[in-house]
Amino acid sequence: MEAVLSAAIGLLAASGVWLLLRPRSFQVIVGLCLLSYAVNLFIFSMGGLSVGAPAIMPRGGFVNPDAYADPVPQALVLTAIVIGFATTALFLVVMIASRGLTGTDHVDGRERSP
Amino acid sequence: MTEPTLALLLVLLPFAGALVAAALPVAARGAAAWLAGGTMLAGLGLLGAMLPGVMAGEPARAVVPWVPSLGLDLSLRIDGFSWLFATLVLGIGLLVAVYARYYMDRADPVPRLYALLLAFTGAMLGVLTAGNVLILVVFWELTSLASFLLIGYWHGSPAARDGARVSLIVTAGGGLCLLLAMLLLGHIAGSHDLDRILASGPAIRAHPLYGPALTLFLIGAFTKSAQVPFHFWLPNAMAAPTPVSAFLHSATMVKAGVYLLVRFSPALGETQAWFFLVTGTGMATLVLGSLIALFRHDLKGLLAYSTISHLGLITALAGIGSDGAILAAIFHICNHAVFKASLFMAAGIIDHETGTRDMRRLSGLMRLMPVTGTLAIVAAAAMAGVPLLNGFISKEMFFAEAVDWHNGTWLDDSLPYFATLAGVLSVAYSLRFIVSVFFGPPAQDLPRQPHEPVRWMRRPVELLVLLCLVVGVLPGATLGPALNMAARAVLGPETPYYSIAVWHGWNAPLAMSLLAMALGTLLFFAFARPIAAGPEGPPLLHRIQARRVFDRLLLGLAWDGPRAARALLSSSRLQPQLVLIVLLAIVAMAPILWAAARVAAPADPARVNAGFALMWTAGGACAVGAALLAKYHRFAALVLLGGTGLVTCLTFAWFSAPDLAVTQLLVEVVTTVLLLLGLRWLPRRLAEIPGDRLRAARVRRARDLVIAVAFGSGLAATSFLVMTRPPGGPTVGDWFLRNAYEEGGGTNVVNVILVDFRAFDTFGEITVLAIVGLSVFALLRRFRPAAESADRPAEQLAPTARPLADTMLVPSVIMRWMFPVTIVFAAYLFLRGHDLPGGGFAAGVTLAIAFLLQYLGHDVRWVEGRLTVLPVRWMGAGLLIAGGTGVGSWLFGYPFLTAHAQYVTLPLIGQVPAATALIFDFGVFALVLGATLLMLVAIAHQSLRAGRARPRDGEAPPPPGGT
Repeated sequence: MEAVLSAAIGLLAASGVWLLLRPRSFQVIVGLCLLSYAVNLFIFSMGGLSVGAPAIMPRGGFVNPDAYADPVPQALVLTAIVIGFATTALFLVVMIASRGLTGTDHVDGRERSP
Repeated sequence: MTEPTLALLLVLLPFAGALVAAALPVAARGAAAWLAGGTMLAGLGLLGAMLPGVMAGEPARAVVPWVPSLGLDLSLRIDGFSWLFATLVLGIGLLVAVYARYYMDRADPVPRLYALLLAFTGAMLGVLTAGNVLILVVFWELTSLASFLLIGYWHGSPAARDGARVSLIVTAGGGLCLLLAMLLLGHIAGSHDLDRILASGPAIRAHPLYGPALTLFLIGAFTKSAQVPFHFWLPNAMAAPTPVSAFLHSATMVKAGVYLLVRFSPALGETQAWFFLVTGTGMATLVLGSLIALFRHDLKGLLAYSTISHLGLITALAGIGSDGAILAAIFHICNHAVFKASLFMAAGIIDHETGTRDMRRLSGLMRLMPVTGTLAIVAAAAMAGVPLLNGFISKEMFFAEAVDWHNGTWLDDSLPYFATLAGVLSVAYSLRFIVSVFFGPPAQDLPRQPHEPVRWMRRPVELLVLLCLVVGVLPGATLGPALNMAARAVLGPETPYYSIAVWHGWNAPLAMSLLAMALGTLLFFAFARPIAAGPEGPPLLHRIQARRVFDRLLLGLAWDGPRAARALLSSSRLQPQLVLIVLLAIVAMAPILWAAARVAAPADPARVNAGFALMWTAGGACAVGAALLAKYHRFAALVLLGGTGLVTCLTFAWFSAPDLAVTQLLVEVVTTVLLLLGLRWLPRRLAEIPGDRLRAARVRRARDLVIAVAFGSGLAATSFLVMTRPPGGPTVGDWFLRNAYEEGGGTNVVNVILVDFRAFDTFGEITVLAIVGLSVFALLRRFRPAAESADRPAEQLAPTARPLADTMLVPSVIMRWMFPVTIVFAAYLFLRGHDLPGGGFAAGVTLAIAFLLQYLGHDVRWVEGRLTVLPVRWMGAGLLIAGGTGVGSWLFGYPFLTAHAQYVTLPLIGQVPAATALIFDFGVFALVLGATLLMLVAIAHQSLRAGRARPRDGEAPPPPGGT
């Protein structure tokens, strides 16, 4: 399982970084989204993988921490998902505005001189 | 009142006064002056109340804990030295407050001046009374800041702005050095308490860090006290109003540096390095300052350089560091403050009455202003060190130290000669001040007809000059006890009592004084004419200006250097920057991988589940597909991106993270809709981008592919290594798991972490979300879409196109019916959040989707005719509720955002969780809903605006700028 998830993270990150380095702004947005999936999964996996053990506690009594998934990476990733959405929205709007202002969708606002 | 209260009041009162003065109307000259004078008087009263304790050798103390874990307390301690100095500051401050009332012009915003003066006084008193060296640095920087504002008071004049800026850069930069020095000293002494540091002198001097600490400390003190080579800021600061100069450059600002030198001389001094650095710099400043002063034509310029030279004298005394030298230094601090303040005020009167400060134009004023002239002559005689005036006695003490004290170095041997030389020069420049201004033929072409000033403008000068005389005639009876008290506070209680007398018999210091007076008089009368005709500075030396060196350095550091570095290291293009960032990440990853690979792996990784592998085969394919298609087929790329998102969401669900799965799913929906709306404004790419198949483009893509693969495989290896290694001991998560129910009152630990344990982080995060929402909204208000996408999409323009309402009929009915269901679902997600997966984030996004579906199913006008959504109010309310919950815990005496949890029993329903965290979560919910809606609706509105921008059929186009 660990190997599959690691490979998946690597693949998402590679696709994301490749797109990040492309010149068209839409490519960069898609790249950032892919990269944020990869990073979210990466942070999430730092707590270790456990199946069928969500961090829902019994009401009172003894708690054995080993029987539950680590809640800290989950809390971090939950925040990251929401913030990721916000930055995507901001970037999208900047992209639209810059497209309207400059007439091109190149990230530098002008086509590369040949 | 108790001592701590008195000490705290002493420092806080001027700041409070400054706040009140700043709030006064601009025309309230009298009120502001009364306020400032009253505050200074009150401060003097407080000092008087403290005197008995301080006299007995018991410093007044006050400690207010601030950051106890860092050893940082607001601690004040007022011993004899601080007491004397604070009295001097407040006394001169009081006189300056009176003087400024009559000096300042009717057009000037006088309350601002008084507010700044009071703030400066508070900062200065803070420096003098700080009992913790870090607090001392804080006040030290506050004096720099306040003096910056004071010097730049007439900010309309370029000279004032320039002088203010230079003084800020030099003194605040010195303050940073001082901070480093204090941190080093605190490290050596093991505490930042002033008493502890002063008591650990031997340990400090023996420590290997003594050299750096001393150097940094001295840079701090020398910049503030305008010692060579940092002296150039002081003459530039003369652009300030004269009352400000009289205050800053007699008793306060520049004296803070020598205060520090005297204060720390027992701890840092008594070494060869201290003597050479401090006395050497002091002597150089003394001689150079008095030499340049002789050649200045501007009255205030002469006084400025004279101030520099007197500060050099005090510095030299602090460098000698013997008991007598410290006493003399303290004495000269007082004397210089008194005569220099009166001279600045006299110069201000002359400037005020005649309209010029140029000594070449002024002449014969004695006939027109006899009283002011007499006062200035006495004060200038004190500056020159004429017997029976205060300046004479402390200068004699300096000469005595120069002659009598020995440590066998060449600098020590040469001290008497340099001291006499400086004496000669100071007599000469004092004579120049007197003779050229007050004697000679009456001046002809003055801008104003001079006469005596109003009575109250002269009173402060009269009082100060009287002090010069009284102290000069009866030094032992007037200042003697206070000086000895101050010296004991610096040197220790067993210091013997020094009696200060005018007459010591015929001895070397007296001979030096007489020689200086004779030679100085000769020098002035021999060279008066060439000096007045010459340039503003000593021959040859005036070509080397420290100020110019400073300007060139500043230009290089702040402009040319960064430009060159940017040209060399950076690019204005985005892609090279991103390449650099990614490469940096790869480089940073390598050593971590290397270290992680050497930790032994556990025996059995979990077995691979075929379904999971299959799922990620699809997910990976989607990701690669999105990467390939994002350039020419944006819509397809977007669909594939969504596929990857879904697989990610399933992964969260698979590995016991239901909250994440829910949130990811919802956010995925919103993101996709958002990007779809955005695609509307990117024109379809029909033609291939030129140059896309050239060799250069291919090479770039190949290079990026290599970088991407390196990054991806690095991240994959890192995550595999971390996942297969056992965690090193119990984690933070264990604590949260154990305590979530007892302390947070909820069973869903992830939600409890978000709204209770780490609620502050969440609060910050929703604030960010609100800011982003508002930025998107603001950006779109001014946005004009690209011209080619302003028209209706091609599909709608085609002749076969059907009206939107027809196309969307079935979906729109379903979406309308789903609206209440979605609202109930959002409420359900919200309410179960504390105990089961769900919560404010998920509920907020769900409700936003409910609204969004209505916008998708109908056109914007239809929705907004029936529904009133006010996203900004939702956001504001959410932020207020979340913040209010946090503040509410203060009412019960708990820190910000402490949550309380319990269950209440409601009839029919039963046990219901009622945690304050739930209210906070509601704030989160409202804000997420508002921000999401604001962004989506703002983009949706673009089509409305674009529709308005294009002319309706058969109408003339609207006038430009009409929309």
